[in-house]
Amino acid sequence: MYASGKYSSRGPALIPRMKTKHRIYYITLFSVVLLGLIATGMFQFWPHSIESAADWTLDKRSVHDAPLVRLPVSSPIPERGDLSCRMHTCFDVYRCGYNPKNRIKVYIYPLQKFVDELGVPISSTGLSREYNDLLSAISDSNFYTDDVTRACLFIPSIDVLNQNSLRIRETAQALTMLPRWDKGMNHLLFNMLPGGPPDYNTALDVPRDRALLAGGGFSTWTYRQGYDVSIPVYSPLSADVELPERQPGPRHYFILSSQTAIHREYRAELERLKEENGEALLLLDKCSNLSQGVASARKRCYKGQVYDYPQILQESSFCVVLRGARLGQAALSDVLQAGCVPVILADSYILPFSEVLDWKRASVVIPEEKLSEMYTILKSIPHRQVEEMQRQARWFWEAYFSSMKAIGLTTLQIINDRIYPYAARTYEQWNNPPVVKWSSVNSPLFLPLIPPRAPGFTAVVLTYDRVESLFRVITEISKVPSLAKLLVVWNNQNKSPPEESLWPKIGVPLKVVRTKENKLSNRFFPYDEIETEAVLAIDDDIIMLTSDELQFGYEYFNYLYTYKMPGDIKNWVDAHMNCEDIAMNFLVANITGKAPIKVTPRKKFKCPECTAIDGLSLDQTHMVERSECINKFASVFGTMPLKVVEHRADPVLYKDDFPEKLKSFPNIGSL
Amino acid sequence: MQAKKRYLTLFSAGACLILLFCFGGIQVPLSRKGPSRRDDRSLTGYHPGARWRRFSASLQPFSPWEHDQSDSHNEHISPRQKRDAISGVYTGKRCRMESCFDFSLCQRNGFKVYVYPQQKGEKMSESYQNILSSIEGSMLYTPDPGQACLFVLSLDTLDRDQLSPQYVHNLKAKVQSLHLWNGGKNHIIFNLYSGTWPDYTEDLGFDIGLAMLAKASISTENFRPNFDVSIPLFSKDHPRTGGERGYLKHNTIPPYRKYMLVFKGKRYLTGIGSDTRNALYHVHNSEDVVLLTTCKHGKDWQKHKDARCDKDNAEYDKYDYREMLYNSTFCLVPRGRRLGSFRFLEALQAACVPVMLSNGWELPFSEIIDWNTAAVIGDERLLLQIPSTVRSIHQDKILSLRHQTQFLWEAYFNSVEKIVLTTLEIIQDRVLQHTSRSNLMWNSLPGGLFTLPQYSTYLGDFPFYYAKLGVKPYTKFTAIVHVVSPLVSQSQPVMKLLVVVAKSQYCAQVIVVWNCDKPLPAKHRWPVTSVPVIVIEGESKVISSRFLPYDTIPTDAVLSLDEDTVLSTTEVDFAFTVWQSFPDRIVGYPARSHFWDSNKERWGYTSKWTNEYSMVLTGAAIYHKYYHYLYTTYLPASLKTMVDQMSNCEDILMNFLVSSVSKLPPIKVTQKKQYKETMMGQSSRASRWADPDHFAQRQTCMNKFASWFGTMPLVHSQMRLDPVLFKDQVSILRKKYRDIERL
Repeated sequence: MYASGKYSSRGPALIPRMKTKHRIYYITLFSVVLLGLIATGMFQFWPHSIESAADWTLDKRSVHDAPLVRLPVSSPIPERGDLSCRMHTCFDVYRCGYNPKNRIKVYIYPLQKFVDELGVPISSTGLSREYNDLLSAISDSNFYTDDVTRACLFIPSIDVLNQNSLRIRETAQALTMLPRWDKGMNHLLFNMLPGGPPDYNTALDVPRDRALLAGGGFSTWTYRQGYDVSIPVYSPLSADVELPERQPGPRHYFILSSQTAIHREYRAELERLKEENGEALLLLDKCSNLSQGVASARKRCYKGQVYDYPQILQESSFCVVLRGARLGQAALSDVLQAGCVPVILADSYILPFSEVLDWKRASVVIPEEKLSEMYTILKSIPHRQVEEMQRQARWFWEAYFSSMKAIGLTTLQIINDRIYPYAARTYEQWNNPPVVKWSSVNSPLFLPLIPPRAPGFTAVVLTYDRVESLFRVITEISKVPSLAKLLVVWNNQNKSPPEESLWPKIGVPLKVVRTKENKLSNRFFPYDEIETEAVLAIDDDIIMLTSDELQFGYEYFNYLYTYKMPGDIKNWVDAHMNCEDIAMNFLVANITGKAPIKVTPRKKFKCPECTAIDGLSLDQTHMVERSECINKFASVFGTMPLKVVEHRADPVLYKDDFPEKLKSFPNIGSL
Repeated sequence: MQAKKRYLTLFSAGACLILLFCFGGIQVPLSRKGPSRRDDRSLTGYHPGARWRRFSASLQPFSPWEHDQSDSHNEHISPRQKRDAISGVYTGKRCRMESCFDFSLCQRNGFKVYVYPQQKGEKMSESYQNILSSIEGSMLYTPDPGQACLFVLSLDTLDRDQLSPQYVHNLKAKVQSLHLWNGGKNHIIFNLYSGTWPDYTEDLGFDIGLAMLAKASISTENFRPNFDVSIPLFSKDHPRTGGERGYLKHNTIPPYRKYMLVFKGKRYLTGIGSDTRNALYHVHNSEDVVLLTTCKHGKDWQKHKDARCDKDNAEYDKYDYREMLYNSTFCLVPRGRRLGSFRFLEALQAACVPVMLSNGWELPFSEIIDWNTAAVIGDERLLLQIPSTVRSIHQDKILSLRHQTQFLWEAYFNSVEKIVLTTLEIIQDRVLQHTSRSNLMWNSLPGGLFTLPQYSTYLGDFPFYYAKLGVKPYTKFTAIVHVVSPLVSQSQPVMKLLVVVAKSQYCAQVIVVWNCDKPLPAKHRWPVTSVPVIVIEGESKVISSRFLPYDTIPTDAVLSLDEDTVLSTTEVDFAFTVWQSFPDRIVGYPARSHFWDSNKERWGYTSKWTNEYSMVLTGAAIYHKYYHYLYTTYLPASLKTMVDQMSNCEDILMNFLVSSVSKLPPIKVTQKKQYKETMMGQSSRASRWADPDHFAQRQTCMNKFASWFGTMPLVHSQMRLDPVLFKDQVSILRKKYRDIERL
């Protein structure tokens, strides 16, 4: 009906003339069509919602309606996890196959409720809120497939996040009941709280054949490097409490300990540290006399003084994360969220996502034995590093710890990177926070290569039709000893280049490339003809260029110009017939992070005769437009990559009182 | 009019209906087909193909809030006892640093390595000799076992193949008889080959106890993470020190070479090691993918030869290995008898990106090197996909892979010394956990051996990572003036120099290093400046003390000055702005050059005005403070004492050091060629520059240094940096650095 209202309001001149009957007819017709289209759209983008009638009902089900599966007492138990399992022995890569997207497909088993023969469920909690979040996030991600035959990785919906709520033997039996279990091959289990009293093993005790384990609290003895994934212990506070990001910098306290279940030996040692260093340390414990109704998890106390947790974490530079009974501690997540640098004292602990995250940039790991030296060790860390660590810690939390979704997808990405290592995310992608990603420089050509003998450079001359000037330029350039090749880009479609016999005779190969369109960007096209690394780009109205050597700009940058330049800019340049050089400078500065190098004192290189009106640089609006360009490009790159420098490169003996014939480049400055 | 409208409406309605049919009508039957495709209806209540969907009902959290309290169950087990218990349980194959290594040995003297004295009559391979002498020449070496934290055997354990002539017999007994052996605790054992035909196991043939293993071709199965070190397989011709540079001399764009993927090697007919190589011919296309095998190996290969042998052998002989290596984008590195092969290092050096086909090989130095940035790690099971995989790799990625191969080769692999030092530094990083290198230090220029975490663990304190982190160096410098003559008058050059330097807008502090035999002058005798002047009395009054990493240097940049240097404030300012663009290089004024004197077969030193230079004198130069630290800790005592005794060459040594780290030439700014009054002939005072021996000494120094570095690290440059408007015919008022024009 909304649509019809819109219709009538738009056409008041037309509709009053129609008869009411017709009007109703049209309105109905349009409404029907519109509704139809909406419905079609919904089917289109939500194809699975119409799959079967059974699913419609499933949508409304609650956990209690999950199909019940009774485990026979005699059903098989998987073997304990094999410690020698690695991707190449226990993982079936054929299921993942080769695909152009280099992305694994993940299948999630639908929820079932497993009970033993007496009807007692295998788990006291059943599906937990967190596991539900995790599986839902995966099912919304582009890893997910609902086609079990195409899947490469299988995730059971049996919740094993907390071993304490499980009946171990029955859970193991339930795993073997999964239709694709096949000795656990390509199955992934998520566990955050492994082991139980009194030993607290560091990996899930449920026998699981060859299944991969994403576990929180692995020790170096249970972690199968390159096979298991070490994940954080999710802190429920992440969802409940919002801690705004704080600017890195010094905090009120230097070291803070906020965990409540610290072994008394360690607590005594912390107390001793506090005695020695006084106010710089804050040592919190659980509160003994809280009034009813206050969540004890959200309060910490020191000598009767009550502090809000986790807010208090933001008041300290360093926060202690000590091992408890388990190695993995949910406190780590809180500490990172607060932007406090974690000081991790848990020997043999495999840090979360250590396969890809560089924890040395976000945390301090100290052996438990050196707890008493903690203060001195931390004091020796430079301030600037502490600030970087604070920023890094917060970024790790935001990207990899903040939700079950983040944890789940990071785990899948790590496994994905192992299966398609050539398409793996890089160190920078994993570890650099967005600020650094923007401002830092990562060029694929980072190695300082100084060829023993320069292979020369290719000169690229862009010309329209000024033949006379062009020939003069060619003759001049050809005198340069290191010239390897000359490439003329003929940018005039209406006129053919002069005949071969008319061109000046030069000692190096000369190629003429005719372009299809008069575009300034043509200059920076990576022509196959360019074989040298250095490229000298010049206009046809430049005379006499005597400079040699030095970094003229890489051929690589030409390639970048054509393939990497943000599309907007290329169009702008071609439309305005100007600024192609500025664009190039922007790009190179953005990729290398370096300023260009100006060579020799030349500032003007136009010949005095070239005052013809078609000369680009003489256009009245030229300068104004060029300033405009800079603003436009800066907005596209999102930053101003150009750098201002005050130096210029000259030959070593430039302007020296020295016999000219002994200088390598005596012509420079002769103009 | 009305009719027209009506038709239009009808038409559009019709069109909509058709559209609707197209979208909906085709979809519906398809999705109906869906479920029937899927099988697996083995269980009741199980709906194959059913989508996982979020449950909206409220669920319990996975861990109760009181979870923390439940930890206190553990209250009665002391963590200390638990730690002690660990070392008893996790031994042998489950050794880790926590359980098999005694950290307390490293606490007193830091990480020092002891090498057992060599016993007479004990044969030792050249490679092992090289390993031992590399350790003895390093800064980690100690001759005193009482100070040592790590012990290295003088018994050759490199080749444990019983059929090999290098095999050392009775190793077990020999090892047990060592009185410092202590069950192998804190020992490291180097090994290249283990096991023998036909199965090539990784057993060393003797009990290594609690010792660490630095082994080539180690499998992930036997590798004890964070305890063993995987080293590369190197040949007996591998140079002890110095080492060849990578073969990449210039970039080619697009990066593709003549061949896409090549391999040339043996196909073993008996024993293990050829499962993958047997199938290589399937992928070979004799155009851009050239994978060649030969059956010829051993004496009696003819006996075992199979149907493919003759064809393969003929194809094999058509190609030259070297030619293929240099002209291929990717090089296949499949397993042989053992997991690793020489081919790996050869490909790395040739800038041919290695494509690893050796499942279960723990790649060399995998603990610190991110191999995904320099190699393609393939899976033997997916051999047939390898060509399409490498073809799918983007050009940019190929370029950066290629650069990384060169970086890694030169940083960690090109000499026995580098391999050994890398091994030791990896262990040191484990021992000094909180002062260890981050991944970035190991995997980017100039590499972990040049970035010492003892200096700082903060990346921004080094001159190498500004661009990577997107930060800038501190915008001030500290001037360090090296004074050797007593203060006599206020018009002395050093007085003028202090005033001039302190006037620079970028100067944060001046440090005077008092290396004069006379006692320190009174405070009031120093000129009054706007920045603090700190006077430090050199302890032993040697010339190297000017390069000490003083804690009182608050800035990243250091302006190093001789006492008789003549400079203007403008020159200082300009040089500093230039340094900010090149923080990893030395920026200075007067330049010198080196050359190879082919008559005398040695390096020559020249101060002539030439078109090239490779050094700038540190009597007036700006560089990063970190080089002070490197000079003091990285260089061996032998070179430093030599410099101190002669009171000469310290600047050459500094240039050697910086160029070997940065692989780049220094930077000369402005025309200035002399910077001393004595050089300008205005003073007749005896100076070291006037000494005729001075020049000859410098020549000798160059050659001494080059032999320690194992190669000539200096690089020539033809470029000098001047202010943008230097000597241009524009008004002097428009120029920022006017004083430089007049010099």
